[in-house]
Amino acid sequence: MATVSVRDARKNFGSTPILHGVNVEIGDGEFVVLVGPSGCGKSTLLRMIAGLENISGGEIAIGGRVVNTVPPKDRDIAMVFQNYALYPHMTVRENMAFSMKLAKAPREVMEEEVQRAAKILGLDALLDRYPRQLSGGQRQRVAMGRAIVRHPQVFLFDEPLSNLDAKLRVQMRSEIRELQQRLATTTIYVTHDQIEAMTMADQIVVMNAGRIEQAGAPLALYDRPANTFVAGFIGSPAMNLVPGEISDGGFRAQGGALLPLPPATPANVATYGIRPEHLVLAEDGIEARLVVVEPTGSETQVAMRIAETPLVGAFRERITGRPGETIRVKPDLSLVHLFGADGRRL
Amino acid sequence: MSDVAASPGNTNTASAAPEQMAWDSKTRRVVLLYVPLACFLFILLFPFYWMTVTAFKPNAELYNFAEHNPLWISSPTLEHVYHLLFNTAYPKWLWTTMLVAVASTFLSLLASTLAAYAIQRLRFRGSQYVGLAIYLAYLVPPSILFIPLATMVVQLGLFDTPFALILTYPTFLIPFCTWLLIGYFKSIPYELEECALIDGATRLQILRQITLPLAVPGLISAGIFAFTLSWNEFIYALAFIQSSESKTVPVAILTELVTGDVYQWGALMAGSLLGSLPVAIFYSFFVDYYVSSLTGAVKE
Ligand SMILES: Nc1ncnc2c1ncn2[C@@H]1O[C@H](COP(=O)(O)OP(=O)(O)O)[C@@H](O)[C@H]1O
Ligand SMILES: [Mg+2]
Repeated sequence: MATVSVRDARKNFGSTPILHGVNVEIGDGEFVVLVGPSGCGKSTLLRMIAGLENISGGEIAIGGRVVNTVPPKDRDIAMVFQNYALYPHMTVRENMAFSMKLAKAPREVMEEEVQRAAKILGLDALLDRYPRQLSGGQRQRVAMGRAIVRHPQVFLFDEPLSNLDAKLRVQMRSEIRELQQRLATTTIYVTHDQIEAMTMADQIVVMNAGRIEQAGAPLALYDRPANTFVAGFIGSPAMNLVPGEISDGGFRAQGGALLPLPPATPANVATYGIRPEHLVLAEDGIEARLVVVEPTGSETQVAMRIAETPLVGAFRERITGRPGETIRVKPDLSLVHLFGADGRRL
Repeated sequence: MSDVAASPGNTNTASAAPEQMAWDSKTRRVVLLYVPLACFLFILLFPFYWMTVTAFKPNAELYNFAEHNPLWISSPTLEHVYHLLFNTAYPKWLWTTMLVAVASTFLSLLASTLAAYAIQRLRFRGSQYVGLAIYLAYLVPPSILFIPLATMVVQLGLFDTPFALILTYPTFLIPFCTWLLIGYFKSIPYELEECALIDGATRLQILRQITLPLAVPGLISAGIFAFTLSWNEFIYALAFIQSSESKTVPVAILTELVTGDVYQWGALMAGSLLGSLPVAIFYSFFVDYYVSSLTGAVKE
């Protein structure tokens, strides 16, 4: 169990700066998800915490101890890699016991730990198999087993579910979360999938191009995104972000739509944000032309145009209209997000 | 289905085509595959056949093609083999060759494993240049290198000892094996080593417990190459060894079995035949590894 502090961490590959001063505070036992588009530096940050990349600037501390120059094996961490990195020439048992073998643990202790981890992960029957004889999900579990047996201070996961099919991904998602809650080990989890982030995290850290855009609880990020990047990244389907300006007593969007504003709006609004699920059908709403209607059963997603401004809505009601027909919608004014010209929340 | 039914004109060609195809592909296989393969095999194997036939022919048949079929033995004999084993130092030559080949292969594998690992994985400053330099060293022909090497061998007092060969063969074996192993190490996912690093392994433990076990096919093919090259090596063996009984097989059969301008063909061929057996046996044991190391990387 430990806290992790990343203070003004910087990373250059050669002369190319990849991380431009990143700050993250992770509490003891917390599940933190680093999320961001591919190439934004998530893995690099994780690997710096693991000690696999050296730190170009700033400081990383685990459990209060600065580890900038501490080699990976002395950081008391365990990492699960994207491709699992199971040793192909060792059985599941040997894979899990490898770290203990290196630490010269007694044979009984090793066997006990392996059995315990195998029980937790449901691997009992597979201990004598080789990685090539396992399915993707089983390999994933072995990789986690290898992490568990070490009782590390911190678990690090780098996109552990990205090689699994959609159904297994959902299942493993809750398994990992449940495991983390049971062991109460501080966990840093990297993903590019915001749904994984939303469903698993205590704290989400949204990264973009080597910077942190916002950090906070999942629902806090959903309810109050700090800028247009986070607003567009968190939530599915993505928030409508409409550029335009205030005029005619409302927000005149590019494309011509006139959207209503909440009371006491500052004058320098440049982007109007409304989540698809916060558009509601209303008799007194604005007329919108249907473009695409996608019923999912529980809700209906609709691509539409108000004048020439494209918007996406998600309605609990079933919409049977055909493309070209019109419906009347209005935004829930208490849930409108307004951003200035610099992209920041107003 | 409905398309075919709708246009009956097509059915004719449709039913004729498979037969023609089958005939075509059979002919094509014979012409393009079996005939060239047969020629190739013939050219490749005929010298071995000739060697074998000659080794077991009595001299009377050997030198008289008019009365005997050159391609066949009427009355096989072991006289040449006997002569070779008991009237010459052949067993000693064989032993020396084996010793030199095994020792220099072992030395070279040891050095090139470490070199290849360092160049491929440690990525120290200038590692590419070291890799390149090693490759360039391989391009220097032995026929040039043996002159300075001869001076060194003499000054170190190694002349006419097996060490002269054991220590000089690595000059061409190490570059070769290093390059082969660099390629092989590249195919082993680096993540495995990073994972082992986090698991608490040192560099040497990683090399011994992760990388080398996974590189076994690569090590074996490097070993086979090194062994074969040292087994067949000629120039250094000719230059650095003088006394008759410490020669290696390729040099000895040529210098000791040709007396004046008399070629002892039977003994020569028996010597070559026996001399090629160890390499052939070596290959046949490891052929699976050898192929897999040339065709594939490590799969989980
Ligand atoms: N070893 C490296 N050398 C040079 N550039 C690298 C290296 N590793 C990563 N990068 C670059 O750093 C950026 C961030 O990479 P990464 O942290 O892997 O992103 P992701 O958020 O997708 O995990 C990418 O632009 C990548 O090209
Ligand atoms: Mg990544």
